[in-house]
Amino acid sequence: MKKILGYCDDWSAVAGGTVSFKISTYGPDRFEATLVRVICGDVDPAHGIFQEEEIDAPLNGEHKGHLQPIDAGSYAVVPQSSSMDELGSFTVQAWVFPTTPAKGEQGIITNWQNDRGAGFALMIDGSGAIALRVGDKTGKVSDVSTGVPLAERRWYLVSGSYDSGTGEITVRQTPVEATLEKLLAGEATGTGAYSSASAPLMFAAFPDILSDSRPSSARHFNGKIDRPRLSAGVLPAHDIAAIAADEGPSARHDGIIGAWDFSQVIGTHDICDTGPHGLHGRTVNLPSRGCKGYNWTGNEQNFRHAPHEYGAIHFHDDDLYDAGWETTFSYDIPKDFKSGAYAVRLRADDDESYVTFFVRPPKGKTTAKLAFLASTVTYMAYSNYHWLFHERFAEVTEAFWTTLQKTDVFLQEHNEFGLSTYDNHSDHSGVRFASRLRPILNMAPGTPCWSFNADTHILGWLENQNIDYDVLTDEDLHNEGVAALEPYTAVLTGTHPEYYTTPMLEGLHQYIEGKGRLIYLGGNGFIWRCAMSDNFPGAIELRRAEDGIRYRNEEPGEYYLELTGEYGGLWRRLGLPPQALVGVGTIACGFDRSGYYRRTEQSFDPRVAFIFNGIGEDEIIGDFGFLGDGASGSEIDATDLLMGTPAQALIVARSEGHSANTLICPDEIGFHYPAMDGVQSPLVRAEMTFFESPGGGAVFSVGSIAWAASLPHNGYDNNVSHLTENVMRRFLEVTPFKIPATPG
Amino acid sequence: MYEIDPSRTDLVDEFRNNPGGPYSEELTLVVNRLRLMPMQDKHVLVCTKRGREWILAKIPPERGAKVELFKDQVFKNYSDGVWEVFKRRWKTVTGQDVR
Repeated sequence: MKKILGYCDDWSAVAGGTVSFKISTYGPDRFEATLVRVICGDVDPAHGIFQEEEIDAPLNGEHKGHLQPIDAGSYAVVPQSSSMDELGSFTVQAWVFPTTPAKGEQGIITNWQNDRGAGFALMIDGSGAIALRVGDKTGKVSDVSTGVPLAERRWYLVSGSYDSGTGEITVRQTPVEATLEKLLAGEATGTGAYSSASAPLMFAAFPDILSDSRPSSARHFNGKIDRPRLSAGVLPAHDIAAIAADEGPSARHDGIIGAWDFSQVIGTHDICDTGPHGLHGRTVNLPSRGCKGYNWTGNEQNFRHAPHEYGAIHFHDDDLYDAGWETTFSYDIPKDFKSGAYAVRLRADDDESYVTFFVRPPKGKTTAKLAFLASTVTYMAYSNYHWLFHERFAEVTEAFWTTLQKTDVFLQEHNEFGLSTYDNHSDHSGVRFASRLRPILNMAPGTPCWSFNADTHILGWLENQNIDYDVLTDEDLHNEGVAALEPYTAVLTGTHPEYYTTPMLEGLHQYIEGKGRLIYLGGNGFIWRCAMSDNFPGAIELRRAEDGIRYRNEEPGEYYLELTGEYGGLWRRLGLPPQALVGVGTIACGFDRSGYYRRTEQSFDPRVAFIFNGIGEDEIIGDFGFLGDGASGSEIDATDLLMGTPAQALIVARSEGHSANTLICPDEIGFHYPAMDGVQSPLVRAEMTFFESPGGGAVFSVGSIAWAASLPHNGYDNNVSHLTENVMRRFLEVTPFKIPATPG
Repeated sequence: MYEIDPSRTDLVDEFRNNPGGPYSEELTLVVNRLRLMPMQDKHVLVCTKRGREWILAKIPPERGAKVELFKDQVFKNYSDGVWEVFKRRWKTVTGQDVR
């Protein structure tokens, strides 16, 4: 169904800079590209609000297209070295925790050359047992298997040895003793002939070649590997065990060729060899590091406090960091280019795709008083989600009948495009990383109105109201902190700024503390801590520690982010709840029908008269909209003084009319009970809130994802639009707000 | 787990007349049962033309497998597609055709 896809090298481009686009076609050998400014990406014909502006650019026109493959699946690689090329007799070993041992051949430690069938591979064979494969480059390949299938998710010490004098192979698998189970060990001997592969050493995969001749990987190992070792000679079982338990075995054992310690330099690409030859390597496709090792006791929960117990890397056959495609064309953005949301629209046969990106003004310049903060970190968190295929409860949660898009079908049929942080890997472990260095099929005009495309309801509104704006991204805020926001009189969020790194949150907090004006035009914002690192540009990491609305659980003992060492999870548990930042935090979710707002008594306070200019005293606000037919819905936020809503905050409107399918969030309650729904519970409501800050700034929050989908109603002529414009005009007017004193 | 009574043709009629909901309390139990069925063999819709055309499909048994499309089940009206999904899942869960 999909015939063309692409991505670009950076989502945050600068006027005067360059963006490179990487495109792949699936069938057609030609495609058409057009640069467009994204104004409103909602293509529902019943709404009639889709808007984009074609922009003259040298990239516009027909291009040759071809398929660009992807090497998905994580592994680690050590460059070819003479120490491995000169192996005679050897023993290779590791602790392994296989998560899908029955899924066919999987390489654990391989030094293998496919063409000649040379080298060795310590592997899981087709029967799910540990085997050692050797090849002598004449085509003779021998496998010796223990014949005992491994149990899923249990630690084993596995080894294979080869005697170059006799050709004897010995292979072993020994489970870590379990208190309540009887796991089977295995040992076998056989013969074979070995000749050096003269190739890199790989962990968790066999080598392969992509259709474009790039080196790649195949037959990935799903699971954890801890303390891999390679030794000269045929080691007896007790020596194998001694080396396996030793953190730095080369100090005490002769013959160590490689002894990799995966607990070092966590948070980087690098893997360290503590052996005498310095056979260091690199990981590929962001496997999970800082994972519990074979010897985890549970006494420590932080990998930095007990690195010797966190020496495992968890590899997955569906990890992806960088698709690595060639650049098809680049675009030199003119210096006077209008800041905004843009895309390259691609058409091939009957298919159309977009590659979305954002353009900031040139460094040091602003071209508007308002900045729209594009939630690019959140867009990444949701990128390429698969929950419609994997989540049994998705339909009852969202009260719908699954309707797939062509993009969903493509993602299901093409595992190599990676997953979202809402998914589980194929081995059922949670996805912790998401990257923008690959085609993102759900961040574009024409996709369902969630996240990015829901935010285009706001962009369309700004356009319609003739309100000038610059665009910044979350990554800009992360990299530059408050300095990115300070030049702007007001900052406007999207519908769902859910995922925030520590620098992002600190930057926004400083902006609000100062004279900044924040319009939070969404819901479920500022919820999860995530991390980014200069070691992995274009990727985010998320650990769904403890609770929170989530489609997957986090592994106990692995709640700390490997990129930064910070504790993961909800910001409400980490010291900066959203209520303390913007006045409101998520209280409930419901996706079938939205509510509307009614003014409160506090809405008549003179401090907020500007908000309700032209809105009647009893006027119902937002009983219409494209998301659930109301402005208060999907995910909604409310105040909470105990969680830090500023004392001077005014609740100016409160929602009602929520459905029985709108339920209080699990992180808000200690115990579930009947009557947690929007019909019966007084807690289920959005609260529209306003407060002034000490520096003369202010914050306005609507507390609802659905709000923006009500803006376009009736040709943008409605009270949601009017109220938002009232706030916008006042917030862009520089007269400071005066914070009232908090009563002592 | 809630078991659907295949003789409850009144609930079937309620759904056919109002496939988009809201549903009565009893029909909600039926709908939730059909929505909570195992993912494999679940009939769904694929939107082939936004707002204008849908085709019946089935969730495949494993990751990477092709999505089965029922090329003779194309709908120009979303509600018609939902009705077909309802009937197919009813058959899968109860073993009986909708009466």
